[in-house]
Amino acid sequence: MAKSSIKIRAKLKGGVTTVKCLMNHPMETGLRKDKKTGNPIPAHFIQDVVAKHNDAEVMNAQWSGSVSKNPYLAFKFNGGASGDSVSISWTDNKGASESATAKIK
Amino acid sequence: MNTDTKRRVFLKGSLAAGTVAVAAGAGLLAPQAVLAAWPEKAFTAKSSEDALSGAFGSAASETSEQIKIKAPDIAENGAVVPVTITSDIAGIETIALLSTANNAPLVALFNMGQGAAADVSTRIKMGKTGDVVAVVKAGGKMLSNRKSVKVTIGGCGG
Repeated sequence: MAKSSIKIRAKLKGGVTTVKCLMNHPMETGLRKDKKTGNPIPAHFIQDVVAKHNDAEVMNAQWSGSVSKNPYLAFKFNGGASGDSVSISWTDNKGASESATAKIK
Repeated sequence: MNTDTKRRVFLKGSLAAGTVAVAAGAGLLAPQAVLAAWPEKAFTAKSSEDALSGAFGSAASETSEQIKIKAPDIAENGAVVPVTITSDIAGIETIALLSTANNAPLVALFNMGQGAAADVSTRIKMGKTGDVVAVVKAGGKMLSNRKSVKVTIGGCGG
């Protein structure tokens, strides 16, 4: 997967930083069946998401397969300054991980 | 046969006790632990009560109007239901998002760190019409609110 599999937008407004991000992931629950073969499609979903402001963790999320495909996540945190970095990283149930960093606008 | 059954029961019991102990220990030592182990028991639980017990150690919560859930009244596509949870309660540690109608109700846990504001949005799958429940743990208290969402096409099937 390319490096751009997480898209992040971080915006500062009135001392509160709003971070919006989109990740590319199939988010299979494990309950769906392959229409052609009838075999269940194995679960494959993001389990952990960590959001950091500079190097300090502001939030971490733990997900199940019930989060939609190509997950969208938005959150806010206090503080932050223009030019600070915000990074998002995820790990899925197969151990794969991905991370990306963006600057606060 | 008999001994085997007993062995199963014993194994089950000790496993469950072990998970609870680990969860409690992690909770006590580091309330905002960096990447706590993914609580499998909570996420695979089949009922909201079990899921909450697995995540927080207790399923009891008070209803609070201070938790606001923004979700559509009618979701045309159950595979993508946008949900936003906001709250002005101080000292929120964890926000749990559940969808009561799903096979495994616990959708997501958000552990708030330093400076994080209680305002999270995501998109979830809903198998059928049900309630979206937000449970907030703040200062040792459990508060919750719910909103019913009508789903016209389910999002958890083939």
